[in-house]
Amino acid sequence: MIETLIKIAIVIGGLMTAAAYFVLLERRMAAWIQDRVGPNRVGAPLSQLNKNWKDLRLFGLGQPAADGLKFILKEEYTPAHVDKRLFVLAPISILVAALATFAVIPFGSVVPPGFFWDQPIAMAVSSGAGVGMLVVFALSSIAVYGVILGGWASNNKYSFLGALRSSAQLIAYELPLGLGILGVILATGSLDLSEIIAAQAKSGWWFAFTQPLGFFVFFVAAFAEAARLPFDLPECEQELIGGYHTEYSGIKLLLFLVAEFLHMIAASFLIVMLFFGGWHFWFITGAESDPGWIQAILRVAVLMTKIFLVILFFMLVRWSWPRFRFDQLMALAWKVMLPLGLINFVAVAAIDQVKTISGNSSPGMELLCAAIAWGVCIVAWVGISFAGPLVADNRPRLDLDPFDVDSQV
Amino acid sequence: MNADDPDIKWVEEPKLGLSGKMYAPMFLQGLSTTFKHLKSSLQGKAVTVSYPDQEPNIEKPLIYRGVHRLNKDAQGRVKCVACFLCATACPAHCIDIIGIESPWEDREKYPESFTIDELRCIYCGMCEEACPVDAIELTSLYNLTGRSREEMIFDKEKLLSVYDATIDTEPMRSPGLGGTV
Repeated sequence: MIETLIKIAIVIGGLMTAAAYFVLLERRMAAWIQDRVGPNRVGAPLSQLNKNWKDLRLFGLGQPAADGLKFILKEEYTPAHVDKRLFVLAPISILVAALATFAVIPFGSVVPPGFFWDQPIAMAVSSGAGVGMLVVFALSSIAVYGVILGGWASNNKYSFLGALRSSAQLIAYELPLGLGILGVILATGSLDLSEIIAAQAKSGWWFAFTQPLGFFVFFVAAFAEAARLPFDLPECEQELIGGYHTEYSGIKLLLFLVAEFLHMIAASFLIVMLFFGGWHFWFITGAESDPGWIQAILRVAVLMTKIFLVILFFMLVRWSWPRFRFDQLMALAWKVMLPLGLINFVAVAAIDQVKTISGNSSPGMELLCAAIAWGVCIVAWVGISFAGPLVADNRPRLDLDPFDVDSQV
Repeated sequence: MNADDPDIKWVEEPKLGLSGKMYAPMFLQGLSTTFKHLKSSLQGKAVTVSYPDQEPNIEKPLIYRGVHRLNKDAQGRVKCVACFLCATACPAHCIDIIGIESPWEDREKYPESFTIDELRCIYCGMCEEACPVDAIELTSLYNLTGRSREEMIFDKEKLLSVYDATIDTEPMRSPGLGGTV
């Protein structure tokens, strides 16, 4: 009981701090990429305590605290035309769903027995009863409710458009997300995240190497599920002035923004755990299920480093790519990611079956299987590029007279 | 206008090549661009300056139009000959001059009072261009602030003091000009 409470405190405290500092990192990354300096002023305001002391800048590390304080002290305005109950419920539900996801996501391997416990303690709030992946999926679907409720309760057409876009996008991309995970589950035979990591650690082959196509599909779908650029259509600032959270202010807006960062962090966790071996790194962390203290600490460090790098990549991509048009977004989901995901699933199943039948698990065989998987990936990618489903011709057609065009519409 | 109007010129969109359809090469291209900027910023080559700590570099020749100054000639007298050309050229009507007969030999008139409303001024620089003796010039002082409207109405003494403050860093453009005789 106490053990679980301590874990919950670590996870929630860590996540909230991480989300706050990732906001700062995101702003500074944006500034650096745009040849600016970024927020670097707010630090420790020592001159407020004593006139003779100088303020400390600390690279702007005080910015998250200042931002949080600003959000809390700001006027929290509820427009007259909103549905009051749903308006309050929406940000709460989205944050609760985003936080609850982390209950089954491990944040390390295990704590070895020591001081006054004689069993290794798993570093996850709840084991998820062996179906952790399903819980993550179920809770990430609930996040859509927060978005739709927010858009609906705002009673504003831009917010509602954002919510509608969001629901269509999240439902469409849950398919490739699931297909990307299916390959991993097929290869490990478990829905438990800890066991998926353990399987990769044991063989030393991360699934990004053995299932490249599944990795690409999952990666793209994870971007879309986290509603990050280039898939941030639910809240595109330029077109929908914030989408579903246009009408929100103060602490309620903060809840939405924090939930968004939590989605991004959850997506990074999943990417790292499913495809980059979680806490595993060759020669450093070992693969056994009862590590020593040094190994246990190293595992947490490796995991956090990997997640940090994936989040850096999220932030870099934000400024590298323009936003998709909505028809392109849907075409990408249904005409590109879905077939690619199915091809990956079939390929993984076939390779797995060949491995089982041959009964050969030598390094040469593993290498051959990975090579075949990469071949399938390249062939499928080039094949789908030739089909070109994203190329849409929206120009008016000269061979149709206006009546025909109208009747088509 | 109909779609088959001969005045309409139809332009074909460029066809995407295989690399364009594959998307990945374009993605890598975009990523390398942002990464290049990220790297140069981290090496301290960001183009913005931390303003209150660090003065912006307004390069010479002057590329900025800031607070006005009234130039003085070699004897330390105000160069202005009260011809009213600046006040006429001013599109914002912010210059007010009272000209009286000059006590000196080399000119007929001089300004008894010369007032510029710095809040009304749009810093277009047309007074500077209109002046026949280069008496009025715009300096590079960009951080002009004040606590009241009255404070921002600059009279002759204040404009001459701007000259004293800036003459060392910004020399007069044509010191030889002056006088009407």
